[in-house]
Amino acid sequence: MTSLTINGKAVELEVDPRTTLLDALREHLKLTGSKKGCDHGQCGACTVLLDGERVNSCLVLFAGCDGQDVTTIEGLKDGDELGAMQRAFVSHDAFQCGYCTPGQICSAVATLKEVERGDASAVTADDGDIHLTRLEVQERMSGNICRCGAYNNIVDAVMETGGAALQTEAAE
Amino acid sequence: MNDIIKGKWIGKPLDRVDGPLKVSGAATYAAEHDIDAAIGFIVEATIAKGTIASIETANAEAAKGVIAVLTYENAPKMAPWGDGADDRFEQSHGVLVDGTIRHYGQPVALVIAETLEQARHAASLVAVTYDEQAPALGVDRADSELAEGLDGGFEPTNRRGDFDRAWAESDLTVDLNYTTPHMIPAAMEPHSAIAEWDGERLTVRNSLQVIASGVACLANTFGIDEENIRVLSPYIGGGFGSKLGQHYDTILAAAGAKKLNRPVKVVQTRRNLFHAGPHRARIEQRIRLGATRDGTLKAVNFETWSTQAIGYFYTEGPMASAASAYRCDALHWTGKTRQANETLNDSMRAPGEALGGVTFEAAIDELAEKVGMDPLEFRLKNEPTEDPASGKPFATRDLVECMKRGADEFGWADRPKEPRSRREGRKLIGYGMASAIRGNMMQEGSCRIDLSAGGHLTVKMDMTDIGTGTYTILTQIAAEALGLHPDDITVDLADSDNPATAGSGGSFGAGTSGSALWNACIALREKLARAGGFNIDPDEIDFDEGTMQAGDRAVALADVLKDSDGFSAEGSIKPGEEHEDYVQNSYGAHFCEVAVDMDSCEIEVRRFVSVFSAGRILNRKTAHSQCLGGLVWGIGGAIREELWMDERTGGYVNRDLAEYHVAVNRDVPKCDIIFLENPDPKSNPIGTKGIGELALCGAGGAVVNAIYNATGKRVYDLPVTLDKLL
Ligand code: FES
Ligand code: FES
Repeated sequence: MTSLTINGKAVELEVDPRTTLLDALREHLKLTGSKKGCDHGQCGACTVLLDGERVNSCLVLFAGCDGQDVTTIEGLKDGDELGAMQRAFVSHDAFQCGYCTPGQICSAVATLKEVERGDASAVTADDGDIHLTRLEVQERMSGNICRCGAYNNIVDAVMETGGAALQTEAAE
Repeated sequence: MNDIIKGKWIGKPLDRVDGPLKVSGAATYAAEHDIDAAIGFIVEATIAKGTIASIETANAEAAKGVIAVLTYENAPKMAPWGDGADDRFEQSHGVLVDGTIRHYGQPVALVIAETLEQARHAASLVAVTYDEQAPALGVDRADSELAEGLDGGFEPTNRRGDFDRAWAESDLTVDLNYTTPHMIPAAMEPHSAIAEWDGERLTVRNSLQVIASGVACLANTFGIDEENIRVLSPYIGGGFGSKLGQHYDTILAAAGAKKLNRPVKVVQTRRNLFHAGPHRARIEQRIRLGATRDGTLKAVNFETWSTQAIGYFYTEGPMASAASAYRCDALHWTGKTRQANETLNDSMRAPGEALGGVTFEAAIDELAEKVGMDPLEFRLKNEPTEDPASGKPFATRDLVECMKRGADEFGWADRPKEPRSRREGRKLIGYGMASAIRGNMMQEGSCRIDLSAGGHLTVKMDMTDIGTGTYTILTQIAAEALGLHPDDITVDLADSDNPATAGSGGSFGAGTSGSALWNACIALREKLARAGGFNIDPDEIDFDEGTMQAGDRAVALADVLKDSDGFSAEGSIKPGEEHEDYVQNSYGAHFCEVAVDMDSCEIEVRRFVSVFSAGRILNRKTAHSQCLGGLVWGIGGAIREELWMDERTGGYVNRDLAEYHVAVNRDVPKCDIIFLENPDPKSNPIGTKGIGELALCGAGGAVVNAIYNATGKRVYDLPVTLDKLL
């Protein structure tokens, strides 16, 4: 039996030990918002927040999540309303088919947090000063494939939600 | 010209009506319907050609949770592959019919268990041996024959003008051999299906771009009447051609459900899909171009050699990019192919022009350089007055406008004139451009609309939304035509019980379904006008904000509706004579800047400016997104995407998303996309033209031309990966 919190609710579930967090969500808990794009940690469609950090839920065994706190796309709503990042994705048309979108949004929420607390990325300058630039967002969101190619709009949505001006690359 | 469209809703950058569902995880994709289904897992063939010698299922059957193992020995009866129709989407897709293997990855068994974990494990316990035969794999020019036709309705040969003479009269020529690689559409949602039978009646929920032909395919495969089949695909996680037809997930789910008399779900794994899903064939291309010293294009000859899957007749024609592009004395092409033991070679986004937009546009760039002309000037100089391939008139032509506007916005005048002449530190900077041309197609479609007594409109058709924004643009069209608010409109799609359309493919979806809906709205306007006591031409009545108004007479729709049973209308569309008499295209022009690292040869696409003309724009926000997607594909196709075949087995060695590289966020600069909004009345009643594939056409050409301008290296074996620049 695995006991954990999912989107603020206590959940107890016993599954086959081979079951991933992603499959537990999708197949057992009817939380199908988290998507399976590859099942191999290569696309980001399954991204959820585990104890507040983004993870590829296809690479996490459900049984290992005992006592942990999981937030999925369904948990990012603000009551009955869409959350801020979700609203920004709609208004910037940061998706087309929508299949990568829950993963993108979970990743985006985590990205803002990572920038805020000063986690460096591959494009962070040596002085360590981290700003929410387009380049930082692009780098940090590159683990989430969008085959529809909504990348430009995803960056806009993340920057707007993060309170950054939507400057272009050239203006940085 | 359509005078009813005032632009109150059509054209507006309305947020997607299905957006809130998609961003909150509430849109139900194929594998997500709440149906208690057993889970099927596919066992793949590990050879390309031969027969099954033995198949041992006892261990799998004995494994915990396993309900059944389907093989050709016990599967429900299906018609052999290819039976029942000539159309490749309607023909039987029978699988597990006999022990014959046509391609690597072909399903040889379906293990059905209570859970995914059980089915997946038991699948590893199925033991198969084969009598292997030598497969036909890869392009073989000597063994190729003329294709029966080329995608996009092109003949396999074109012989306009005297090529030999035009070639002889050319002062400057190029004779170039390109190869473009196997590629995979890789829609993010894997092909998935849940099937259930109720006696003879089959219901399938899956991920499908074209519903009607998918129903025909199931009828032909299982030998049942189309009336007994229902297919639903309300949300589709990307298509790009890979979901035009039914695939093994659907056929096997239906077979399994029939065997068990219980719903069965089959989700193809990403690795399955590299073999058991459709993909783009590797194509060898020879392009010969000749011009006179003054830059007049004289001769064009485009030959291709590719492969097609056994029993699946499809040949892509990159020469489509040459058909309508530039004036010349002679335009010849030849498309050859051979049947090979490869996986399904099929349509992938912008079939033809996605490839020719790279190779042909690179060859034109090379010829312009030989002539000593700016590649933009060369293209402008050879602007045709009639279609070069057919001699027919163009319905519309604004390629030059696209090029000039793009050049201005981009700052083309400042381009590095000589290759490898501009540096920023250790980076080589290059500019490149290319034309975008994509055939504008229309298909047949029909639609039914019901306006309730309460004033709510429901639009019904089997059209699909594969991320293109169909739900939204159809809402806008109905709102515009009937003067309703979008909140009062429900669009009900992708259900085979609804009126049939040609679905989503070939960029004809919006024009076809939108026109069918438009015509239904026109019919409804007439009925409402009569009911409201108007005796004038309904086109002269302004429908706005729930009111019909003409002169000083205004009638509220609510008053007409309140004592009625509601009103319904039907509408349909088929391609008009204008699609026979004229050559119809969407146009555009791309301008791109790249930086190539002098040491590592890493390529960075830095800047993109693209101008598009695709008739009336129905929604500026979703249209912009469609074009963005096309540019992303153009970049990925030019410098990243490539499937490698193991020529011993016919399998792909880089069969996952870590080894097959699609463009990611950091590969794509902020793109500048501009529309010339020129509604085209010859295209259809709403004046739209195809937009979903246009941006991809030529985008890769601009990238490879920019790489040449930066580095001085031309690469003929695509994609241009950094190893080829070292
Ligand atoms: S499904 Fe987990 S990373 Fe692709
Ligand atoms: S929206 Fe379709 S994959 Fe991103």
